[in-house]
Amino acid sequence: MATLSVCQVPSSGFSFENCRRNALLEAEFVKQGHKLPVAKKTGTTIVGVVFKKNGIVLGADTRATEGMVVADKNCSKIHYISPNIYCCGAGTAADTEMTTQLISSNLELHSLATGRLPQVATANRMLKQMLFRYQGYIGAALVLGGVDCTGAHLYSIYPHGSSDKLPYVTMGSGSLAAMAVFEDRYKPNMKEKEAKQLVRDAIAAGIFNDLGSGSNIDVCVITKNKLDYICPYDIANKKGVRTARPPGRPFKRSGSYKYKRNTTGVLTETVTPLELEVVEESVQTMDTS
Amino acid sequence: MDAGSFKLNFWANGPKPGELYSFPGATGSTIPGCGPVRHTLNPMVTGTSVLGVKFDGGILLAADMLGSYGSLARFRNISRVMKVNDCTVLGASGDYADYQYLKQVIEQMVIDEELLGDGHNYSPKAIYSWLTRVMYNRRSKMNPLWNTVVIGGVYNGESFLGYVDKLGVAYEAPTIATGFGAYLAQPLMREVLEKKATLSKDEAYELLERCMKVLYYRDARSYNRYEIAIVTESGVQIEGPLTSETNWDIAHLVRSGFQ
Repeated sequence: MATLSVCQVPSSGFSFENCRRNALLEAEFVKQGHKLPVAKKTGTTIVGVVFKKNGIVLGADTRATEGMVVADKNCSKIHYISPNIYCCGAGTAADTEMTTQLISSNLELHSLATGRLPQVATANRMLKQMLFRYQGYIGAALVLGGVDCTGAHLYSIYPHGSSDKLPYVTMGSGSLAAMAVFEDRYKPNMKEKEAKQLVRDAIAAGIFNDLGSGSNIDVCVITKNKLDYICPYDIANKKGVRTARPPGRPFKRSGSYKYKRNTTGVLTETVTPLELEVVEESVQTMDTS
Repeated sequence: MDAGSFKLNFWANGPKPGELYSFPGATGSTIPGCGPVRHTLNPMVTGTSVLGVKFDGGILLAADMLGSYGSLARFRNISRVMKVNDCTVLGASGDYADYQYLKQVIEQMVIDEELLGDGHNYSPKAIYSWLTRVMYNRRSKMNPLWNTVVIGGVYNGESFLGYVDKLGVAYEAPTIATGFGAYLAQPLMREVLEKKATLSKDEAYELLERCMKVLYYRDARSYNRYEIAIVTESGVQIEGPLTSETNWDIAHLVRSGFQ
């Protein structure tokens, strides 16, 4: 039921077959005392900005959270859609990954069929229509940006299937912190360098003020003639270096956690070699067929 | 002593750990007309964020002048900042009626203090400590004052800025923001303070103006009319009503249609 342009024409109306199956599965699981696995959510800060009428800068942090634990310190949230269109994703990691891959694949087929470079509006339509079809069950909040023959376009797409076409957008748990920076400093027709700095500042605001976002800043610059996928653009959090420093004094490595030998006095030292005897030795060939 | 048969009488019919337990007498199940009926309330007329920032020589406090009735912008000219005495100010967000009650209590306390005539004044830290205790005790009785309060002032040359909320959570910091301000304004305030540890009065004023503008843009329960309280060694000054300059040019860039 999920594929678009490839095989059958989907039947009309919403199909909720899987909902019943899921409810049954859940009931069984709970009866046996297990808990259903929780979707990995990317608490995130993702942003996009249009600069100088014909360019897009997309930015994202790199932390993936599983509840209150950081599951991935350096994941990539800027997904490829087509050579001129990229998409940042917030929400459930699997949903953003698979949705963008699906639309990327369908867009490539579409582009081959039309013989033209794909348009951002097309990607937007495809994403919207799919997300609406699933009534919000696919938890993917996306920032879609790209440059095509009609210019630079930026969209934010919500899990229920609505989208907004704006000059600057933010999504994810850190979106308010990032939006505060945008509302403060966005100007129309910025230069590329300014726009990159603004995006970097917005993601940094999300990283340092939102617990669901963290680690590094990835940036993707799309213009008519070039594409810069800069991962990482800024390593905002380096392991072992504390960012809180007394004002006016330079960065100081706050000390390693390794203690020198003899910090705890050693009274006696006994070395006992473990004598292991070889009981059996066998060779198993690898199945390389 | 057999561990299995040892029974703690006072916990005999108590809740299992982790189970929800309804406190006795917490819901309004007392006999009607017999003393005050207390329950954990719902706020009616509410105020949104309050912002506070320290600068070299004092503090600034800002709050807009709106009392919302749910999503209705009901009272558009109310002050949510009060002068406690010549060295302290207090700003409150949350239920406006509870703030008015608090204001009344504090004003009476200040009068009583003056009547003592011993030359002493309430310091901002004293008000902060007292308020923390009051809020915590009210919440422990399941009858909170539904406010988040920011207390600021200057005493003995030292500036003070503190936050107390309806649960009794209290802390001091160089920048404070309640409500939506914590998500929208706090990142901006922290960004400035990380670059420069102490601000001048003008820099702090400009920072608060920027933050109030962003709040007006993005907080759906805010209003473009606010007051700023300035406390320095020389006293308290409450400026207002002020308005932010807003730029709606991006409206031209938003086109509906085939997208």
